[in-house]
Amino acid sequence: MFRNQYDTDVTTWSPAGRLFQVEYAMEAVKQGSAAIGLRSKTHVVLGCVNKANSELSSHQKKIFKVDDHIGVAIAGLTADGRVLSRYMRNECINYSFTYEAQLPVGRLVVQLADKAQVCTQRSWKRPYGVGLLVGGLDESGAHLYYNCPSGNYFEYQAFAIGSRSQAAKTYLERRFENFADSSRDDLVKDALMAIRETLQGETLTSSICTVAVLGVGEPFHILDQATVKQIIDSFEIAGEQEDPAGEPDAAAGQEAAADEQGGAADQGGSTDQGVAPMDI
Amino acid sequence: MASKQPDALLGPESDSQRTQYPYVTGTSVVAIKYKDGILMASDMGGDMIYCLIAHGLPVKVTMPELCSYGSTLRYKSVERIKPIGKHSLLGASGEISDFQEILRYLDELILYDNMWDDGNSLGPKEVHNYLTRIMYNRRNKFNPLWNSLVLGGVKNGQKYLGTVSMIGVNFEDDHVASGFGNHLARPILRQEWHENLSFEDGVRLLEKCMLILLYRDRSAVNKFQIAKITEEGVTIHQPYSLKTNWEFSAFQNPSQGAVGSW
Repeated sequence: MFRNQYDTDVTTWSPAGRLFQVEYAMEAVKQGSAAIGLRSKTHVVLGCVNKANSELSSHQKKIFKVDDHIGVAIAGLTADGRVLSRYMRNECINYSFTYEAQLPVGRLVVQLADKAQVCTQRSWKRPYGVGLLVGGLDESGAHLYYNCPSGNYFEYQAFAIGSRSQAAKTYLERRFENFADSSRDDLVKDALMAIRETLQGETLTSSICTVAVLGVGEPFHILDQATVKQIIDSFEIAGEQEDPAGEPDAAAGQEAAADEQGGAADQGGSTDQGVAPMDI
Repeated sequence: MASKQPDALLGPESDSQRTQYPYVTGTSVVAIKYKDGILMASDMGGDMIYCLIAHGLPVKVTMPELCSYGSTLRYKSVERIKPIGKHSLLGASGEISDFQEILRYLDELILYDNMWDDGNSLGPKEVHNYLTRIMYNRRNKFNPLWNSLVLGGVKNGQKYLGTVSMIGVNFEDDHVASGFGNHLARPILRQEWHENLSFEDGVRLLEKCMLILLYRDRSAVNKFQIAKITEEGVTIHQPYSLKTNWEFSAFQNPSQGAVGSW
């Protein structure tokens, strides 16, 4: 089998100017189950797909509250994600102890990125194998950032990471222009639609996803299952009514059809194959 | 202490001398909220306090009981009001050198804040809390910064005014004062202060307080600074003096009617 000469060490460059170990860490993010985030001027919504290791086990928690004004959704190695969430919680609580104010989201994200960067430049370390969608609210409004194992970070209007996130990204790209002025409830609905895109055929249920909201006058919190179920039901009923009239979201229509053909159980088996063992 | 052993147990700081009494001090600061922001006033005197040590004992065992105290007006243009960043104004009474150290801490704080270059900046509330933490932390080390601080500012249309004491006691109010101002100025402010003071009325009110302090606080001098902070920024006015009248009969014969007093 072909063996890469330059990928055994994080600090070794390939002649093409790449750091393979860092790229592999970014690959771990792609293997993890999907996480999405989107924001308006006043609210941020984070969502993720919960995938259980086996029929007998529960799933891993993928959305964490950092502070009243910051939350994260992760994809990749959940263990690394928890470590970074704890770090972020620490930074927030220390800041509010010293200044009795909330840490600006942008600053936390830079600190987090710097922490990830250190791991790309030390021979005795490994990069974090997790991507974080950081949603937050501060003086300058609502923000959504993506933090990458490479130490890069980007601000987004809406973004998706993890396995089959491309489908969600396509959905979000089609609609993001309206997000800035969206209501909170519309954002939640769009979040659920984006999550559904990543399922590719599986039925969207409240047990397979987690949604969290944060906004002006609304501290970060994870929506409980009953609420999510209610929202899913409401737009699914609405969707069925609109379908014959020619719904603009063609993909959603197709998917509904695919659901009926496939049946959730055997689809579930094939989707598991795409998940890296690390993610579980 | 007789043996070395207990000293060593106290750790590396046990040999160092803490501030046990102030050396050069400033007196009251008075500040109020007004219509557009905060006004702050202080005089510019700096008292040097003597501590004569009896029997040539080493400084290390200096105790107040062994000292004979006195003070003299040594400095006459001490600036005790300084701007902190874009949104805050700090006034201090107490040890001047400790105030200068606090200013160094805050310069560093503001520098690091600016270095983020991300549009966020620390407001008066944040700076006030930071000072509270510094003061309380130092008192816990039995090495207090010997000051009473007054912090005022405006950020995003929000006025803020608070104080911190030497040992970390802190609070917010519409008008605050340090030192003698607490006893002589605040009763006046409680009576006459209101939310919609204009700049002129605010200055007049502060001048009234400062004049009373000048008459009754022997450390005060007739050279004042008034500073203003609004959404637009900080203005510290040139020093000036107030017109005094020492012809009041109570001043001419102070002991009259006060039996037993000298």
